Amino acid sequence: MYNPGSNQRIVFLGIITSVVIIFLIRLFYVQVINESYSVSATNNVLRYITDYPARGMIYDRKGKIVAFNQAVYDLMVIPKQVTEIDTLEFCRLLDISKESFIDKMKKATSFSRMKASTFEKQISAESFATFQEKLYKFQGFYVQPRTLRKYPNNTAAHVLGYIGEVNDELIAKNPYYRIGDYIGISGIEQSYELELRGRRGVRIVMVDVFNREKGSYKGGIYDTIAIAGQNLVATLDADLQSYGELLLQNKIGSVVAIEPQTGEILAMISSPSYDPNLLVGRVRSKNYGYLLKDENKPLFNRAMQAYYPPGSTFKLTNALAALQEGIIGSNTSYAHSFVVGSKSIKCHPHPAIALEGAIQYSCNPYFCNTFRSFVDNRKYGSSENGYRLWREYQMSFGVGKKIGVDMPHELKGLIPTVEFYDKYYGKGHWKASTIYSLGIGQGELGINPMQMANIICIIANKGYYYTPHVIKQIGKYPNTTRNLGERHYTKVSAENFNIIQDGMQRVVEAGTARVARFDSLVICGKTGTAQNPHGKDHSLFVAFAPRDNPKIAIAVMVENAGFGATWAAPIASLMMEKYLKDSIKRHDLEERMLKGYLLPLQNKSLENPGLKVKDSNLVKPKNKKDSSIALLNNKKK
Amino acid sequence: MRKQNSIFENIDWLLVVFYLVLVLLGWINIYAAVYNEEHKNMFDLTQSYGRQMLWIGTSLVIGLAILVIDGKFYAAFSFPIYIVTMGILLVVLVIARDVQGARSWIEIGSFKLQPSEFAKFATNMAVAKYLSALGIRMEDMKTKITAGLLILLPMALVLLQNDTGSALVFIAFIFVLYREGLSQNVLIFGFLAGVLFILALMVPNTVLIGVIGGLGFVAYLLMRKTRNNIIVILIITALCSGIVFSVDYAFNEILQTHQRERIEVLLGKRSDPKGAGYNVNQSLIAIGSGGFTGKGFLQGTQTKFDFVPEQSTDFIFCTVGEEWGFVGTAFVLILFTLLLYRIVFIAERQRSTYTRIYAYGVASILFFHLMINVGMAIGLAPVIGIPLPFFSYGGSSLWGFTVLLFVLIKLDSYRMYILR
Repeated sequence: MYNPGSNQRIVFLGIITSVVIIFLIRLFYVQVINESYSVSATNNVLRYITDYPARGMIYDRKGKIVAFNQAVYDLMVIPKQVTEIDTLEFCRLLDISKESFIDKMKKATSFSRMKASTFEKQISAESFATFQEKLYKFQGFYVQPRTLRKYPNNTAAHVLGYIGEVNDELIAKNPYYRIGDYIGISGIEQSYELELRGRRGVRIVMVDVFNREKGSYKGGIYDTIAIAGQNLVATLDADLQSYGELLLQNKIGSVVAIEPQTGEILAMISSPSYDPNLLVGRVRSKNYGYLLKDENKPLFNRAMQAYYPPGSTFKLTNALAALQEGIIGSNTSYAHSFVVGSKSIKCHPHPAIALEGAIQYSCNPYFCNTFRSFVDNRKYGSSENGYRLWREYQMSFGVGKKIGVDMPHELKGLIPTVEFYDKYYGKGHWKASTIYSLGIGQGELGINPMQMANIICIIANKGYYYTPHVIKQIGKYPNTTRNLGERHYTKVSAENFNIIQDGMQRVVEAGTARVARFDSLVICGKTGTAQNPHGKDHSLFVAFAPRDNPKIAIAVMVENAGFGATWAAPIASLMMEKYLKDSIKRHDLEERMLKGYLLPLQNKSLENPGLKVKDSNLVKPKNKKDSSIALLNNKKK
Repeated sequence: MRKQNSIFENIDWLLVVFYLVLVLLGWINIYAAVYNEEHKNMFDLTQSYGRQMLWIGTSLVIGLAILVIDGKFYAAFSFPIYIVTMGILLVVLVIARDVQGARSWIEIGSFKLQPSEFAKFATNMAVAKYLSALGIRMEDMKTKITAGLLILLPMALVLLQNDTGSALVFIAFIFVLYREGLSQNVLIFGFLAGVLFILALMVPNTVLIGVIGGLGFVAYLLMRKTRNNIIVILIITALCSGIVFSVDYAFNEILQTHQRERIEVLLGKRSDPKGAGYNVNQSLIAIGSGGFTGKGFLQGTQTKFDFVPEQSTDFIFCTVGEEWGFVGTAFVLILFTLLLYRIVFIAERQRSTYTRIYAYGVASILFFHLMINVGMAIGLAPVIGIPLPFFSYGGSSLWGFTVLLFVLIKLDSYRMYILR
């Protein structure tokens, strides 16, 4: 027996031991020291699936849906899993070109080969139905249901606003949002974004090597449940809104109607408007470009952003301030002219009148005199002090400040300060006669139709207003996001409003706005013809009705349309009839308003071929029979 | 020579315990690797773990049968068993179907057997029988050639089956021959050839030849005192250069594409985590993500959700790493090491040369499997598809290893009685 001894045994065991020690060191490095493998394992197996909650719907005050969600489908692709597919058929089904297919695949691949990216956005339910049958053929593609905002009444574009994808800037500011999320960009969609959007949910699921779901991760303890957005009830009356938009067609102007007893905005119109569905989905950016280029500025919400001279509306607040201060009484009358140096302002012939008549006839000298009596009054010591007080009165009517409407982009308007005049004329170098035109709502004043309507609410309520608002109910509960129940009192006490209401009633019954009368309703109104340095006067009318139990206060502004009684008053009257009586009896008047074409003749549509035929330029949302763009109709007269 | 009183007399229970523990741990990890909610039943024969349970049961029967059979049978029938096995390997070449490129399975109905798993055992017996014969001396050239042929024959037959992994296992017999007197130069030269192989792939040939020449020259300057030394230095230098030159040829012409790629991945010459490097990459992710204590039983996502291919057979070690962490992998490695130490201890206590050689054969085969299987799972060895002994799923390999080990246990139980 040959036995070479123990040397070999030691060598053999030594080799075994060395290998095992090398393995243990390697294992210790891989398992304990290096942590990148854990990350890789997580990436391998975990998929974060976002549950997008449905955005809240919006109803009008009568329960009509004005904004809802339509199901659409995003086609997603995981480039790694795309096998040989019939590209031709695929492109045909999706109605895209082969170049576009290659381009999109390239983009998706450069983003990630393993992760899903959006191949095609917002495929309509109809297109999806045909595509879905063939989906099994196209490995690596799947669909993610999404929703698209729809505005079934094609109305109230400025009030409802629109939603769009968040941009990088916003994502940086607000960590909730991620690429591809939608956010309200204007209107209610913006101001009630938090309530409407709900909360996104994330499910963490485990997948196997073939990307098949294998159940939730750790029993779902890290999942968050999506919370659906809340439905909103708007104060708008969709019918009234649509009707008003129709009346304002082919005119530039604005209407705001408010229920004085609550501050609920019944209608807010800015014309020209546009179909809100134009700014939805894939066609949004294209259409937005066209709307932005339009010379008549359809995107501009005149109801809250335009600066108009208030015109005769200010005669009312001017008089109210003077009444409160005891500077005039109901019987005060002035000479039939207002003399400033060598100039004198005269009125059209009418009998000598006191305050009520002055309102009825819209007597300019009367209110200029009133203004001078106030501002230059000795009891205030100086014209500066007098003006300062007068201005405070005006501001208590919600002028020159934001009144807090629950909509974005409200502008405060303009009512000059004492300092402004000190700077402009020099301190002590101005007095009432320098700035008398303020007394009749002209001069350096800017006020928007919302503020005008709010002033009428104050007059209707005899001294106070509720903050005008467009949303009355969130989910099942009253809207408490803003202080909507609080009465905001003016500096004028209730009894002083009677004489003003008397005058306004006379305006409609026997004055400048007789055209506004209908039925036996007691309407209080005031016409205005606001001078405008840029062209023809603006036609203005403010009113509320019925006098005893005001249900609607309205302000109508039609730009460059001449006398208030010609356009603004009939439109206001028809809208009040529509709201209070629900049907229109004065068809001739209605007909005349509908036919009115008051778009500025200098519209440069001929020079700019891009705007010539708006209808064909705008990309219409698919599958929508009634997608009229009537409000944008720009036919030549 | 006395008769045994009981078949369990002088049984090395420690080996039996090691065996049972490894088989049981293997089964637990197979269960975890293929576990899914729908098939929780441990005996579900549609699932790998259910069938493995069957293999374990039959293996125990086989083990018991081996203990029952008279120990003298094995030594006596070593050559016949070897010859029959070689015959079966030949038959396999003719009748086997192509399964994933290899033709190594005998199918009888739904029952499949891989004879190459038993060829290791048969070869081990034949080598032990031949080397333990009277008058056989390792120093003789005839002995070396005969022993070499005994090993190379099954190796070649398995290679012809295109089962490279199993064929490579026969290299393990180098350790047996070394123990029985083969010069250690063979081990050193083998090691050197391995290093040269790797270097030849990593470093440009011209540089490598230059370095070898330089080293040879230095050796010549230091040891030129005797003519013998100079000749040895010359031969070694020439041999090394020859290896370097032949590596490129061997690598590009002899190896198959996938083997070439796997080696390139291992050497870091190729980064292809989706293609050739996929297995190793996913395997490392599985083991690495286990951390120190692991994710817990049935909590491994890499293996359970099929990210690691062959997770119940060749890559079963991943499941250990992922679910039991470093604690688990170290435990298994140490368990195997203790088993190997025990076998070597048993080998050295034999009075019978046959049993000693057989025992070294067992240790060498198990060690080779362990080294390659775990090595590939942790990225230290090329991907060669051979099972982890007792652990991996598979009837043939479990039966094969059971036979291998239990014959040793039986032979060892005669250590008191047999002198040769």
